[in-house]
Amino acid sequence: MSKSIQLLALAATLTLLQGCAIQPWVKPYEREKLSDPIMQFSRAALADKHREHIHNVREGARGATGVQGGGCGCN
Amino acid sequence: MAGSAATQASAATLPEDKAEAIYHIYDGGGVKATGPALLVRKSLADRVSLSAQYYVDAVSNASIDVVTTASPFKETRTAWDFSADTVVRDTTLSLGISRSSEPDYIAQAISLDAAHEVFGGMSTVSMGFTRARDQVGQKGVVGWIDTASHWQYRAGLTQILSPTWLMSANFEAISDSGYLGSPYRAARVFGAAVPERNPRTRTGRAVKLRSINDTGALVSRSSLRVEYRYYWDTWDIQAHTYEIGGAKYLGQSFLLDVSLRGYSQGKALFYSDNAQSETLYVSRNRQLSTFRSTSVSAKLSYTWPGLPAGYDLKVTGVYELKQFRFSDFTDLRNNTPYSYNANVVQLYVSATF
Repeated sequence: MSKSIQLLALAATLTLLQGCAIQPWVKPYEREKLSDPIMQFSRAALADKHREHIHNVREGARGATGVQGGGCGCN
Repeated sequence: MAGSAATQASAATLPEDKAEAIYHIYDGGGVKATGPALLVRKSLADRVSLSAQYYVDAVSNASIDVVTTASPFKETRTAWDFSADTVVRDTTLSLGISRSSEPDYIAQAISLDAAHEVFGGMSTVSMGFTRARDQVGQKGVVGWIDTASHWQYRAGLTQILSPTWLMSANFEAISDSGYLGSPYRAARVFGAAVPERNPRTRTGRAVKLRSINDTGALVSRSSLRVEYRYYWDTWDIQAHTYEIGGAKYLGQSFLLDVSLRGYSQGKALFYSDNAQSETLYVSRNRQLSTFRSTSVSAKLSYTWPGLPAGYDLKVTGVYELKQFRFSDFTDLRNNTPYSYNANVVQLYVSATF
């Protein structure tokens, strides 16, 4: 099989696969429950910052808390 | 931020205008840290959202390190944070600066974060970077004795899985270089107190998975949150953090949260309770020892009724009991493994407008 036929077959396969692409399955109008405050990982920035500082100062592990920023001043 | 951004129905939006005031207390292991903190966030012409934070920690320290090797002391740490957020199509960009200062320690940081919504708003991809530089001092010594630098790189994905289920995965790499210890802390070698000697570099990585479900089908107006984090670093510390929490509305105005948190870690390579050989690095910092910590917490929020649409006022109280159990850190006052309990209290008012 020549190279051009291979490329053509690849392009055809990709085109066909586009029809199988996963569509967003939770529509915007189905997200009412997700927008409730009880579905948020963080609800109070200052309270979370205080808690994170307590852990940063006393535990060896750090990071990946899901909040932006940094620079804890922990000596 | 990524979590809330993911729940928006269409393009990304600026964070809502709000103000928070908190009084926080930590009391345990001979350390009492208390203080107020304030946060104000306001958008300008719906293009930029500016935020300012002020945080005070008044610390009275008579911890086990201090009572066995030094004298109790008091000091105050104050921190300022400023950030600016803007939205470009489906992307939220945040630039922040912070400064934390104590009489013998100043930490300054700048951070940049981006959160981008994709897949019809079902997924939020985030990336961020923080660069921080610290100046380290020592009481009784004029000027600064050393510096430390920190680099943090983070990435995250928040995914809507169903109309009642949200998950997120976060990764962060943190590199430190410079003075990474305390000039006051002593190590023990052959039973004698010597100044601790820490490596001048450290790189840590953390992965965190979180899931939150609306459990209204089982218990009306409630949710269940589960979190796990694995951390490992070049000092050979490995740590696991587990957390499970539930939230439930009580009537029209009250919201109750309860959570249980477990943390365990293995010691750093050069940590020793009482070293029996001379090594290049040695530390008796119990933050680097083998220990477990368990916490239970309860939070009750009251939402002020009858405010006009678009306004919200909440009063919240939090109590958390923390228990620390050390495996290889001896209480030198009685020669038993050290342990202590701590109480955390937060009282805060938050308003959106």
